[in-house]
Amino acid sequence: MPMSSRTISPEIQYADLSQQGDTAQLGMWVFITTETLFFGTLIFTYYIYRILYSHEFDVAARDAVLWCGSANIGILITSSLTMVLAINAAADGRRRAMIWWLIATAALGMCFLGIKGYEYNLDYNDKVVPVANFEMKPGEAPAGELFWVFYWVGTGLHAIHLTIGVGLVLYMLLWRIRRGEITPDYYAPLEVVGLYWSFVDTVWLFLFPSIYLVGRS
Amino acid sequence: MTTIAIDLPRNYATEENTIVSWLFTKDHKRIALLFFASITFFFFIGGFAATMIRLHLATPGGLLQPSVYNRMFTVHGVMMVWFFLIPSIPNTFGNFFLPMMIGAHDLAFPRVNLLSWYVFNLSGLVLLYALVMGGIDTGWTFYPPYSTQYASGYVFAAALAVFINGFSSIMTSLNFVVTTHRLRAPGMTWLRLPLFVWAMYSVSIVMLTATPVLAMDMFLLCVERFIGVGMFDPSRGGDPILWQHMFWFYSHPAVYIMILPAMGVVSELISCYARRPIFGYLGMVMALMAIAIISFFVWAHHMFVAGISIYSAVVFSLLSFFVAVPSAIKVFNWTVSLHKGSIVFDAPMLYALGFVLLFTIGGLTGLIVATLAVDVHVHDTYFVIAHFHYIMVGGTVSAFFGGLHYWWPKMTGRFYPESWARFAATLTFVGFNLTFFPQFILGYLGMPRRYYTYVPAWESWNLLSSAGASILAVAYALPLFYLGWSLLYGRRAGPNPWGATGLEWTTPSPPPTHNWELTPTVKLGPYSYNPEDGSYITQDGVKHAYV
Ligand SMILES: [Cu+2]
Repeated sequence: MPMSSRTISPEIQYADLSQQGDTAQLGMWVFITTETLFFGTLIFTYYIYRILYSHEFDVAARDAVLWCGSANIGILITSSLTMVLAINAAADGRRRAMIWWLIATAALGMCFLGIKGYEYNLDYNDKVVPVANFEMKPGEAPAGELFWVFYWVGTGLHAIHLTIGVGLVLYMLLWRIRRGEITPDYYAPLEVVGLYWSFVDTVWLFLFPSIYLVGRS
Repeated sequence: MTTIAIDLPRNYATEENTIVSWLFTKDHKRIALLFFASITFFFFIGGFAATMIRLHLATPGGLLQPSVYNRMFTVHGVMMVWFFLIPSIPNTFGNFFLPMMIGAHDLAFPRVNLLSWYVFNLSGLVLLYALVMGGIDTGWTFYPPYSTQYASGYVFAAALAVFINGFSSIMTSLNFVVTTHRLRAPGMTWLRLPLFVWAMYSVSIVMLTATPVLAMDMFLLCVERFIGVGMFDPSRGGDPILWQHMFWFYSHPAVYIMILPAMGVVSELISCYARRPIFGYLGMVMALMAIAIISFFVWAHHMFVAGISIYSAVVFSLLSFFVAVPSAIKVFNWTVSLHKGSIVFDAPMLYALGFVLLFTIGGLTGLIVATLAVDVHVHDTYFVIAHFHYIMVGGTVSAFFGGLHYWWPKMTGRFYPESWARFAATLTFVGFNLTFFPQFILGYLGMPRRYYTYVPAWESWNLLSSAGASILAVAYALPLFYLGWSLLYGRRAGPNPWGATGLEWTTPSPPPTHNWELTPTVKLGPYSYNPEDGSYITQDGVKHAYV
């Protein structure tokens, strides 16, 4: 890895790098707004059905694998911490620390995906995959299938977002940082990725209780 | 070719003029032209479907098979809404002029801008695939359970196309919002922004807020259609009305996505061609933002007869009336801006005046359909069809053509032939009214929309409407010829041929690649026109005499 960082000049439309970094962050915030509405619509729809069929959903939700969801929320919150520590290290110019914290972040993200994949496997064996492999258990009602539709759509979309997040962290590590484009003077790209990461984390913060906890007492 | 290269100063279009340089350009002006090509293509497909519809309805006997007719009105709706009207003004004029009007060298994220064009074309290809394979017959509204369970045809591909199209909307509007916030030139304060920029800003906010909701709605529809789960299927616990709620939560604001940019264009045109400052600038800004916000609280007026509760229907009826207040403010202010102006009746002004008139008719009939009791009668009739075509076609498309003529010299460096353009503008107005005014009458008489036939008593009105449509078709095709001609033979235009005040007119025509060598400094607000002698002050503070 080249240790010296190259000089970075702003793109033509920016007066200086700080304006460029500022603008990139605003762009990510606006994007997060749209993503919030995207997932928000799903969660809103979910709760409409959840209220409409509260008993059926409660019964169906008991088949969700609680330990997987709980382990994963711990993993994701930790990964947000390591992400922030990486950005702090970038701001202070502690290059090695930044790299290690980023590796930890990506590893935790992949850990989440691994557990999620294992959980999907358990779900498949439990016959809760609508259409493909679904069996109504004693005491369950047809509307319970809707719970599982939301489960797969919600966790599936979240997993896609997280995969993109891991990809972005790896892109930072293997491309931007290797080429010396992240410096204490200009680390906005890393901050933008961090914002995205925390957003994906936050989505799970809403999905987890909605899927695994509501009505489980 | 060599003569052209010698004559024109080096500009965004001539500098490195290869196909590859166009396809991988990051210049907002070139991307605007790329969008122009795409939406023109889709406009003519949607227009072809419209022609078939009007030909078919000229007589009760008709021309097409019922299943073909259903496919025609669906193609017409989907193409015109998502592939022409919504991107029409923002992705072309917005792309080209928003950075120039605020004194920026480009949009904030040029690569995202280019990606938006590719994603837009990808969604268009997916839709074309659906059409070629056999089309869809659900109507542009995709209502389940018909769309998910009964419709033959390529519903999945068409819904997927709309889903992908949304990414393009979001990318472009995100770019506009961020650019307006961060890249304004020194001195360009918020209240010195031209109203076109405010229109782009407000429409971008609506796009950013509404599109993700439609995206999730379409996504769930695709899941139901493709996998066969019962998300909106009542027999398995789903709720088809829920789909309608989410659909209109997007698609009502979508009407304002189409009209807000048009309002921005018309404000530029009226003040320039009346040589008068726009009346009540702050009120105009507030009205734009008010329309953007209120648009999110009226969606269920599309569902008065869909089985929603009477109380929510009354509330949504009342809320819909509120939209009329800011809309009326705009119409009054445009009218007052004309007062004591020295009006020049050039083609862009004719289009702008046509806009104001047609928008007013469309808006007033909007009050009629928003009235709960009346809507029960006219719901899903041609009255509604006429109402929204007055807004979207009479309004938005007129403004689009007005803007096209107004900015033509800036984009191409050439004048368009004025008398041909005036002729086309007049023809548009006449053809439009002939086409759509009879539909108000037909709707009031009870002719339902989307039916492929009608009772013989309604034949004369239908025939009149179809005849008008043929005039309208000529009026829309004409600019293609004379504007194309002017590209090669039009008279050369100087930097500011109309004597307008915006920063975009302070560059050479056509503008150089990054708009300015040095970032301009803004000295005053827009629209400093003096109606006495026509003189004006451009926003960089230079006073000019009117020529
Ligand atoms: Cu509406």
